[in-house]
Amino acid sequence: MIEADFTLSLPGFELEARLELPIHGVTALFGPSGSGKSTLLRCLAGLSRPQRGRLVVNGEVWQDEGCFLPPHKRPVGMVFQDAALFPHLNVRQNLDYGAGRAKRGGKTKNVPKADDLIDLLGIGHLLDRRTGMLSGGEKQRVAIARALFSSPELLLLDEPLAALDGARKGELLLYLDQLHRQLDIPVVYVSHAPEEVARLADHIVQLKEGRVQNFGPVMGIFPYLQQPQTHEEGVFTLLAGTIELHDSNDHLTQVSVGEHRLWVRYIDRPVGSPMRLRLLARDVSLSLDPGARESSILNTLRAEVAGVEETAPGRALVRLALRDGPELLSRITTRSARNLKLEIGQTIYAQIKGVAPLE
Amino acid sequence: MKNRASRILVALLSIYSVVASADETQVAVAANFAAPVQKIAAEFEKQTGHKAIVATGATGKFYAQIVNGAPFDILLAADDETPAKLEKEGQSAVGKRFTYAIGKLVLWSAKAAVVDDKAEVLKRGGFDHLSIANPKVAPYGAAAVETMKALGVYDALQPKIVMGENIAQAHQFIATGNAPLGFVALSQVLKDGKIEGSYWIVPEKLYSPIRQDAVLLNKGKDNKAAAAFLDFLKTNKAAKDIILSYGYSL
Amino acid sequence: MNFTPSDWAAIRLTLELATLATALLILFGTPVAWWLAHTKSRLKPLVTSLVAMPLVLPPSVIGFYLLVFMGPNGPLGHLTQSLGLGTLPFTFTGLLVASCIYSTPFVVQPLHNAFEAIDDRMYEAAATLRAGPIDRFFSVAVPLAKPGFLTAAVLGFAHTVGEFGVVLMIGGNIPDKTRVVSVQIYDYVEALEYGEAHRLAAVMLIFAFVVLFLLYTFNPTRKKAA
Repeated sequence: MIEADFTLSLPGFELEARLELPIHGVTALFGPSGSGKSTLLRCLAGLSRPQRGRLVVNGEVWQDEGCFLPPHKRPVGMVFQDAALFPHLNVRQNLDYGAGRAKRGGKTKNVPKADDLIDLLGIGHLLDRRTGMLSGGEKQRVAIARALFSSPELLLLDEPLAALDGARKGELLLYLDQLHRQLDIPVVYVSHAPEEVARLADHIVQLKEGRVQNFGPVMGIFPYLQQPQTHEEGVFTLLAGTIELHDSNDHLTQVSVGEHRLWVRYIDRPVGSPMRLRLLARDVSLSLDPGARESSILNTLRAEVAGVEETAPGRALVRLALRDGPELLSRITTRSARNLKLEIGQTIYAQIKGVAPLE
Repeated sequence: MKNRASRILVALLSIYSVVASADETQVAVAANFAAPVQKIAAEFEKQTGHKAIVATGATGKFYAQIVNGAPFDILLAADDETPAKLEKEGQSAVGKRFTYAIGKLVLWSAKAAVVDDKAEVLKRGGFDHLSIANPKVAPYGAAAVETMKALGVYDALQPKIVMGENIAQAHQFIATGNAPLGFVALSQVLKDGKIEGSYWIVPEKLYSPIRQDAVLLNKGKDNKAAAAFLDFLKTNKAAKDIILSYGYSL
Repeated sequence: MNFTPSDWAAIRLTLELATLATALLILFGTPVAWWLAHTKSRLKPLVTSLVAMPLVLPPSVIGFYLLVFMGPNGPLGHLTQSLGLGTLPFTFTGLLVASCIYSTPFVVQPLHNAFEAIDDRMYEAAATLRAGPIDRFFSVAVPLAKPGFLTAAVLGFAHTVGEFGVVLMIGGNIPDKTRVVSVQIYDYVEALEYGEAHRLAAVMLIFAFVVLFLLYTFNPTRKKAA
């Protein structure tokens, strides 16, 4: 468990954040730029010193009244937005920089298997290169490896994808996803991109103007993060599932979410792999009739209406509760809502026009 | 009408002649003569209307500058060799050379009771630095070495000698207390007939006379003011009095 | 080149002086440059100005004040005398002190610029990789500022070799102790010994050119830190 409570005043900005982070999985610090995500991350690393603060990691006090562990004494690994590799060292020397110092400091608790990590991040062929010769994505992978080589008890990532173009982003996301499943240290990940958070995070801390607005598991709360008024079209629901079976004839894959089953396009992953699904609210229609057999829609889920909210003139956002599962969002017109006579607790069928697997 | 016009013309001409007769001359002066030459130049301007513009420095440096075309009309050197050399090399008017002053050497300390009137201090030692002008380039430096040799103290004092590039710097070392004593020109320390600190005027028999010669340079051959200045220096009573008042002999 | 023994003495003395002055300036200039590059103190403009003073002051001013300050009646003179060191003018140590003062901006400014050009993120990255402040200085700042150190050393050395006015003012022209090459050349010129002057002057000219040529060849202007 990581307990943090920071108050930091800068000219024109104030951070007042109090949060508890789980010790497993990826926690995303999410919010628009200027919301204090990076500052909060720097406070965790000890790079910024809040006027008042308390930070306890796994029972160890890193900061409290009259006590402030400087960054080099904190077992954290940090990956900066621009990688911040040392230009005077080659890749291998960059990796060894933190590794050697951690070893000398007797911190070997979390030493990853160096070769595994190098393989995992696909940087084996880069070891003897100068850092100036690396692409943006390669730099970030080296930076991540370098941070992990220092045996951190906490990994901090400051928008590692922000400086990359679309294709590189996807590539690095794959690496991060792999890493996420293999690491057993907590990761705090700063991002302002919902896609990254949806893909990687287990928990989310939503920040706005230096304050924590929301905190919780990403599945449960993510639907509400997007401020439907402003991101009308992009509102989505995130579902965590497992690959159940492949239908090679129709080129489809079935993913189970709790007791529910959803067909998605074929995914080249073994059965049993975890798979996140994104359901755009506008792709979820509602029907009172379960038997729309004569329809092109593959996925229909039975749900209960949990709430109806008019988010814009003529448009409504309906919260649906699945049995044993997370909530689902559906975007419909207010006229449809009236016609369906939606009431809280009412049974309804969600017809899902599109499901995007996040791979 | 005619009469009036001619009167205006005469007036204009007379103004022109005054302007024409008030010339300027550039004079290069050895450092030791810096103070007296200022007074002489002032007197010269008052009496003749000409202006003498004075630059002071090391004689050797002036030589190098003159040979390379420096715009000086006159050189008042610290020695007689440099003017002779200039004349031989055709850099100056022949036969216009004369000794304008004979310098006197003084052993001087800025502090009282350091230098005694028999210069016993040179034999006794007990000081760390003795300041002189560089004997290679400055006549007063050469005279200082000559004096020490005559007194038989040169070898003993040699490790203590610090050299200024010219006599002005030798004086500066002593004045700032960095050298407790040293040989300088009497003209540098004599002010209104008095000398501050302690001193010993070196008897003239101990060193060859420091003849300071003046010479009219090629640049000044046709300059009325230059000729007038040399003449003033050579013959004017007021000029001679100034020179004597600084402890030079003539 | 057939130099006289006194030429050789002057050359040896000059090299000794320049080497020692450069070493001292790097040693003491580095912390000053580091401080200047990182401080937010209101004293920064004051220190920056003091460091840059020798660039704009005529050597005669520096020489004159050093003569006064280091003299027996000056504050520095009082200090050195009370420490039993005597006074500094006319000594090699005095020349060394003067050279250090005179060449300070040539060492501190390149170092200051080099340190300032290093992105703070480099230090932050090093800190999160367990490097303490001193470790960060030697493992990150020094290697990244290497071109700055090279420039500082070369300029400090060359400028000390080329210094004349200050040495002339406080040196006293003592063979083996304070008669450096530039003074020796001046003496030759003053004594109208132009041939000897040329020989030494040509060496200085070639030295200056070679040093600067090497500096600009192997140490091209620093690229902006990424």
